[in-house]
Amino acid sequence: MASIDTGGDGGQKKGPGVKKAKKLSTRVDMTPMVDLGFLLITFFVFTATMNEPTTLDLNMPKDIKDKKDQTEVKESGVLSVMLGKDDVVYYYEGKLLEDGSNFKSTDFKGVRNIIVNKRKEVMGRYVRDAECEAKMAREGKPASNCADKDFVVIIKPTKDATYKNTVDILDEMTINQVRTYAMVKIFDQEYELIKKTEEFNKAGIK
Amino acid sequence: MTPFVDIAFLILSFFIMATKFKPPDIVEIKTPGSVLSQKLPENNAVMISFDSTNRVFFTVLSEKDPQKYTDIIKEVNDGQSLGLTPSEMANFRNIYMVGVPLAGVKQLLAMDAKAVEKLRQPGIPVEDSANNQLYWWVRAAKNAFAGEKLNYLIKGDANSKYPAFEAVVAALKRNEEYKYNLITTLDGGEAALYEANKAKNK
Repeated sequence: MASIDTGGDGGQKKGPGVKKAKKLSTRVDMTPMVDLGFLLITFFVFTATMNEPTTLDLNMPKDIKDKKDQTEVKESGVLSVMLGKDDVVYYYEGKLLEDGSNFKSTDFKGVRNIIVNKRKEVMGRYVRDAECEAKMAREGKPASNCADKDFVVIIKPTKDATYKNTVDILDEMTINQVRTYAMVKIFDQEYELIKKTEEFNKAGIK
Repeated sequence: MTPFVDIAFLILSFFIMATKFKPPDIVEIKTPGSVLSQKLPENNAVMISFDSTNRVFFTVLSEKDPQKYTDIIKEVNDGQSLGLTPSEMANFRNIYMVGVPLAGVKQLLAMDAKAVEKLRQPGIPVEDSANNQLYWWVRAAKNAFAGEKLNYLIKGDANSKYPAFEAVVAALKRNEEYKYNLITTLDGGEAALYEANKAKNK
């Protein structure tokens, strides 16, 4: 099979009377070496391309103490998303009602539809804003960027949420092209509601 | 057969040479998946890692300019009066991840890098906001890299709890740094969806 052709036993024509020297074969069996070679190739191919780390950019806002410097957002365009225990996502639109009736829960699969629908709803309410469109035109961005300028997602992870949940929700922002989102500390009132919901669900299973 | 074997060994040599072995993992960190596929900076960066038990580690990535290691540990030493000897400070470069309270840094740096790999470090205390020691490390790095671009890499385990991440961010925020890179693994299926969405909205 695999071997180096050394030409060692090639039938050289010798003249008459020349004594043919006895030649030892110099052929080396290369099969084991080639086997090993391919084994190493396989190993390096598998280890080289696997598990390549990538990065996700995150910009955090400055802590602004002064109330008048804080950015104001339209209540109708706000979606608050809270990350709870065991990959449960809680959310409400606009302001949290006193009785907590608009406080709902979903999971990481369902949250995408909620974000998409809310974005559509906000964009549907958009009345043409000449100032904003002119600004976008100046910056060379499409005017459609103005349509969802009122859409803001507020992310509030609780202390029971994992880091994976946090990255997942940031990813959801990227996938759904939510331009304005903020990560803030959860309010006590909201955390209590989550705790109550969890207790209620636990009791329900029993 | 011979050309075939030649090519095979050529490929083999290429892979052997192109492979860069990553530094030993002192702690096992499984990063969560995400859709973005940006490359990770390897120089001029500070990596803050936390594992599944919420231990926080600090790593300086500056292969091009080893002087930075000295600058950073010197600043921490002077600022916190740790009383490190020059040889202990020189050892800072060999120790890939630092995950001990400031009081334990002297003991850690007196150890051999090989021994540190086996040691279970307790993590830098961060969760108490009054004693967020990561702040001092970040500040030293920020001063050492003053005038240059410095990337803040945050490498968290998928199963770690959110407060660890929050505390890391708090330490960075106190240093007035607001832009970070979260290290993730590329999530193929979701990434395709993201590209499709992006194309649709154009």
